[in-house]
Formats: sequence, C-alpha cells, structure tokens
Amino acid sequence: MPAVEVDSLTIRYHDLVAVDQVSFAAEAGQITAVLGPNGAGKTSTIEACEGYRRPTAGRVRVLGLDPQTQQRQLAERMGVMLQEGGVYPSARVADTVQHYAALYARGANAAELVERVGLTSRAKATWRRLSGGEKQRLSLALALAARPDVAFLDEPTSGVDVNGRDVIRDIVRELAAGGCAVVLATHELDEAERLADRVVIFDAGTIIADGTLAELRKGHDEIRFRSSPTLDLRDLAASIGMIASRVGPDEYVIDAPPHPRLMAQLSTWLADHDQPLTDLRAGAQRLEDVFRRLTAGDPE
Amino acid sequence: MSRFTAQLRTELQLVARNGEQLLLTLGIPVLLLVFFSLVDVLPTGTDEPIDFLAPGIVALAVMSTAMVSLGIGTGFERTYHVLKRLGATPLGRPRLIAAKIAGVAVVELAQMVVLVPVAYALGWRPDDPSWLAAVGGVVLGTLAFAGIGLTLAGRLRGELNLAAQNGLYLLLLLLGGMVIPFTKLPSGVRQVAKLLPSGALADVLREALAAAGDQSTTSWLVLGGWAIVAPLAASTLFRWD
Repeated sequence: MPAVEVDSLTIRYHDLVAVDQVSFAAEAGQITAVLGPNGAGKTSTIEACEGYRRPTAGRVRVLGLDPQTQQRQLAERMGVMLQEGGVYPSARVADTVQHYAALYARGANAAELVERVGLTSRAKATWRRLSGGEKQRLSLALALAARPDVAFLDEPTSGVDVNGRDVIRDIVRELAAGGCAVVLATHELDEAERLADRVVIFDAGTIIADGTLAELRKGHDEIRFRSSPTLDLRDLAASIGMIASRVGPDEYVIDAPPHPRLMAQLSTWLADHDQPLTDLRAGAQRLEDVFRRLTAGDPE
Repeated sequence: MSRFTAQLRTELQLVARNGEQLLLTLGIPVLLLVFFSLVDVLPTGTDEPIDFLAPGIVALAVMSTAMVSLGIGTGFERTYHVLKRLGATPLGRPRLIAAKIAGVAVVELAQMVVLVPVAYALGWRPDDPSWLAAVGGVVLGTLAFAGIGLTLAGRLRGELNLAAQNGLYLLLLLLGGMVIPFTKLPSGVRQVAKLLPSGALADVLREALAAAGDQSTTSWLVLGGWAIVAPLAASTLFRWD
C-alpha cells in the first residue's frame, strides 16, 4: 500500500476549481517531488494530505489514515516543513526543537536533532537571528522531531547556501533510506532532479506528468550546445540532416538521440565554419526542459 | 514531559523573553498603582487613593494579560504560521488553548504576587475582603478578556491586531472605572462604560475587596455575560491561519 494515496481529489474555493480530479501515490522509502507553476494546485493538494484542507471531493489517505478524521493519529507519524515561518520568532533553537520533540509520543532526541541539522553552535540563538539557511535547517529539524513515517517538505533548500543544501539533501536522502515517504514540493527543478525518485507535475489544477525521471525523459533525447550567436542554421541542417533550434542567444538544441555520427557531423561543421563549441551536452533532457515542454511555460 | 507541559513551558518562556509583554503585564500596572497612590491627582472620591486604585489596578492587570498580551502574542503566532505548524502536531487545539489559559493564569498569579504587596506597602488595608469573590471575578474577567483578545487576534492581521489591542486597552482603561471613577464620566458615557467588561470587573473587585462597588449585582451579570459571549465569539470567528 502506498504511504500517500490521492484518488480523484477535487478542491474548490467558491467558484474556483484549484484541484481537479487529481490522483497520484507516493511510496515509503522514496522521495516524490511535486512540481508545478504557481497556482497549479500542488500546495492545496499537499495541504489536503497534511489535514489542513478539506477535499471538496475525492479520497486522500496518508499511511492508511484519513487526514481529516484521523488527523491526530496521522500527526504522530507525520513530519511537516512549511515553506516559511512556523516558529516563534523569539524562541531559541534548542528550546524550539525540544518543544516539538516533546509533542510526539516517540519524539526524537532534541540535542541529537540539533546536531544532525548542523545547528549546535546556534542552539541558543533565537529564530529571528538565524540566517535564511539556518531557518530552513531548523524547520527541517522540526519536521524530523516526530521520527516520521511520512514527511511533507515545502521548498526545503530555498534560500540555503551550497553547503547548507548539501546538509539538507543528505538528511532528506537518509530519511527516505530509513523507509520514510518523503513528499518534496519545490520550484527548484535542479533540486528535484538531484533528489527525487519520482516526479509529479501539476498544471492548472491537474497532473500532467507522473513518473520516474527516466520515464519522463523517455523519447526526449537531445543535443544541446553553445556556439557563436550567428550560426547559419539552414546550412547546418543541410549538412547534418537535422534541424537545430536556437533556444538562447548562443545556445542551440537538436531534438535527436546523441548518435556518434551526428555528433561528429556537428563538430565537423562547426570546425569547417570556424565556429566555437563552448559547451556540449547530449542525452536525456534536463528536468527543466521536461517541465517546460509539459507546462509550456516558466518553471516559476 | 507531557504535551500540555511542553506547550505551557514554551508559552511561559516566550512571555519571560518578551520585554514588551513584561512591561505591559507588570511594569505598567505597578507604575500606575505607585504613581497615582503617591500623587493625588485622580478624582478617586476616597480619602486614600489606594483604596480605589488597588482593585482597579488588579482589574487592569487581568485585562493586560488576558486580552492584550495573549491577543497580541496569538496574533503574531498566526501571522508567523506558528499556529498552522502546531496544527500538524499531535498537540491539538484543546491542549493548545488550555496551555495558553494556564500561561495567562500563571502570569496573573505572578502579577498578584507583586501587586498586592505593593498595594499593602502603599497603605492599602481592605476591610473584610472576600478573596473568594475576588478570585471569581478574576476568573470571569480572564475568560471575558481572553475571548476579546483571541477574537481580534483571530480576525485581524498582525500589525492591525497590535494596534486594535492597544487602542482597546487604552479605551477600556479610561472608561472602565479602573483609574477614573464612573461618577466622573459624562452621564451618557457612564451608562455605556458600566456595560464594558473592564468596568464590570473593576466594580466586582471593588465590591469584593472593599465593599465599595457601584452596582455589584449588575456588574456580576455584565461580567458573566462577557465571559460567555466573548469566548464563544472567539471560538466561532477565530482563524488559525
């Protein structure tokens, strides 16, 4: 049985249908990334899973429990990381973690948790004195306080520096490796690409893609390269037998599998025309490209 | 540590760490009590201003803690999504509210521990006081003011809630018979003032502690009414996020 089961979920706000007949599942021991433009319905869906929002129609089960009628039982086993805030501004790091750990029957050891998120040296600092990255790590610690079987993490690495991101990614991976079902809502496609086992993409209140990264990329290989901004694309197409599209001032894409012969033809043409090849990437599409293709818009 | 204890501990830690709240709940009542007892500028209508002021300042302290301090704190907790985050824990609303009420009770106890000896030091000698009735009045007053504070906190945004709580505090302080007797208010205002929770609480406490209430029975009814209506309004209108 999946840890999170959403079946034909619909959420309406007056006349607005925010979520329309959405179904997906998230498995224990996996990281499921939920992506989508603003207003796509992902936050409403996750809030229905957390018990914050009542579905207009459809069925939601988390760890086999109804988040509306069995919220207290679910809360014992659920970790939640809000996108922002959620902590008393004048509360100290150690006190906050101790407070939350005490709210759960099998709460984590507060001192160990503070150390795990790398905030031991900031244990006496108040929330308002923490940096953006430190706040995110404290929020993550609160999500871990339950020793959760399911964790909903909203933008966990937003505003975090490179080292802080590594700490958070390691913790999220450990969490999943320990059997927890991690549901990760993020705008940062790079983050989802690094962490997710499975990706669910929302758009306009519906799910437009649901699968592993490999499944979403299947059949969408490409050759992406950078060169001079003034390439003669018609001549290039005549030479290699494929159309290259300009996707940036000096960036080009050929929608084709990276066959060695095609790569050689491209390199030869650039060399013959005395054009530079400053960057070359061939193979599966990046998640960002998959996302753009599916939503036909910006990842934001 | 039980969940209730953990939440209560946090509530008290936050009060102790918040200088503004300490000023509001302890500093201002003590300052008003000392100043107006020593400087006879208020038309208290008594030979010793402290006889009028002591019950009124106790009422003021209850209002400061149960309405303003609780209301402002809870309003900001809503703004900062603290309540939303707690909503995803096994704490539950009843325990959260119980911990907040217990926190208010602890602060009120601390206020009384400070205010009553200060009043005695200033010469207050209540004649045959009914402490039981006074405690009853404080309990009803706490319910009434907490209901008002949480109603505002549950509907208004952080800064607007802050302004509304402070504005209402000042209004109830001036019109509530706490430091200025009802008899000194214009007649039209006086009738309205007697229906305010602050006026009713001050009158009830003055009757309980000094047998000097203005309209004791009516004040008990008014205070009891507020103690029912305000928490009901809070529970109906309060938004957690």
